[in-house]
Amino acid sequence: MAATADSIRLNLTPPVRYVLRLADTALIHAQRLGEWCGHGPVLEEDIALTNMALDLVGQARALLTHAARLEGEGFDEDQLAFLRDEAQFLNLTLAELPARRSSAHAPGGDFADTVLRNFLLATWFKLVWTRMAASSDTELAGIAGKAVKEARYHQQHAGDWVVRLGDGTAESARRLAAALERAWPYTNEMFQRDEVDAQAEANRMGPARDSLAADWQREVAAVFVEAGLTLPAATPFVSTGTLGRHSEHMGFILAEMQSLQRAHPGGRW
Amino acid sequence: MNATALPARDAMLERAWAVLDTVPDPEVPALSLRDLGVVREVQADTAGGGVEVVLTPTYSGCPATEVIAESVRAALEDEGLGPVKVTHRLAPAWTTDWISEAGRRKLREYGIAPPAHLGSGTQPIRLRPRGIACPRCGSADTERLSAFGSTACKALHRCLACREPFEHFKPI
Repeated sequence: MAATADSIRLNLTPPVRYVLRLADTALIHAQRLGEWCGHGPVLEEDIALTNMALDLVGQARALLTHAARLEGEGFDEDQLAFLRDEAQFLNLTLAELPARRSSAHAPGGDFADTVLRNFLLATWFKLVWTRMAASSDTELAGIAGKAVKEARYHQQHAGDWVVRLGDGTAESARRLAAALERAWPYTNEMFQRDEVDAQAEANRMGPARDSLAADWQREVAAVFVEAGLTLPAATPFVSTGTLGRHSEHMGFILAEMQSLQRAHPGGRW
Repeated sequence: MNATALPARDAMLERAWAVLDTVPDPEVPALSLRDLGVVREVQADTAGGGVEVVLTPTYSGCPATEVIAESVRAALEDEGLGPVKVTHRLAPAWTTDWISEAGRRKLREYGIAPPAHLGSGTQPIRLRPRGIACPRCGSADTERLSAFGSTACKALHRCLACREPFEHFKPI
């Protein structure tokens, strides 16, 4: 039997953590969107979800490469994506949650979960990239200047679908509202502030998460009005994916995402 | 640098640009890489004796990025301009405003509606493209069928006048 690849362990300094939070959120969100490949409710949406996943993987690749450079031990993007263990992934928990299985007719899960999460995350990413385009780290500024154009298009597209489902049939509105109830508690983590954020803000590397809250609420609320959705009340729960403590779903994503490189270390095609 | 080297270098760079004008984009072969605006700079690589080409990717996840670098290298080396050094530069980010006028004409002839000029202003959050002119019959009576298409850079539309579907190069 072939040898399996050993895990790598990164030295997680605050700047490395800062970049990994973004890289891993983009990567895991892409993995979830990619699960719709071949299962989209209509062909156009199948193509849309996988195209957005492709943009996100591209952003994740650039960010992982940069995180590896900041970390300094000579790892590359593939090693970071495929050979880290769960506790070293620092994505927002929201990105890793599975879409709820609504019926036997929805093998990819409830499309409303995917639409809503994509809108919440694309709006957040767009605000991050907009501010990071002026980063003191020129590589991050370059990545952000490119990614903001992609995130803007994702936000438009997802926002159109939020309105379409929310202002659609009684069934689509009910399912979208239920998806919002499920996702909402996990949005708190998008606006927390810890020493990683504070240091990035002080070094002008990029924005602290708490500085995004007001703009995000405003943009999300504007689309929710059109969709007939109301912003749920604030909840005290704060998820901890950005600290490396994940939901029970994370291990399954990594098992699938990493299986090939774990079984065939360094495999290429 | 001596007096004779300079014209020789200029001639080499001019040849390199001419070669790049013949290298097709792998996903939209009607366009050359030069038309697409992804070639940001060509300079003499004094250390290597050949040329250095600076490319910028179109989309972060565009799978053609590696193919483009390889075809640039191969085309220039075939013309004896090697060794070729290819580097990537992210900033300033590629914009469809960099597609040349010749490129826009070629896109239209190929059946792809070219992107509108963006200028320097920011875009609204909810942008529904309307009235994209059909590249076949020229009618502005068209509608978008799909926000995403066969490649990262295009969306799918249809003409309500001549009933033909067509692709639109998304302005970014």
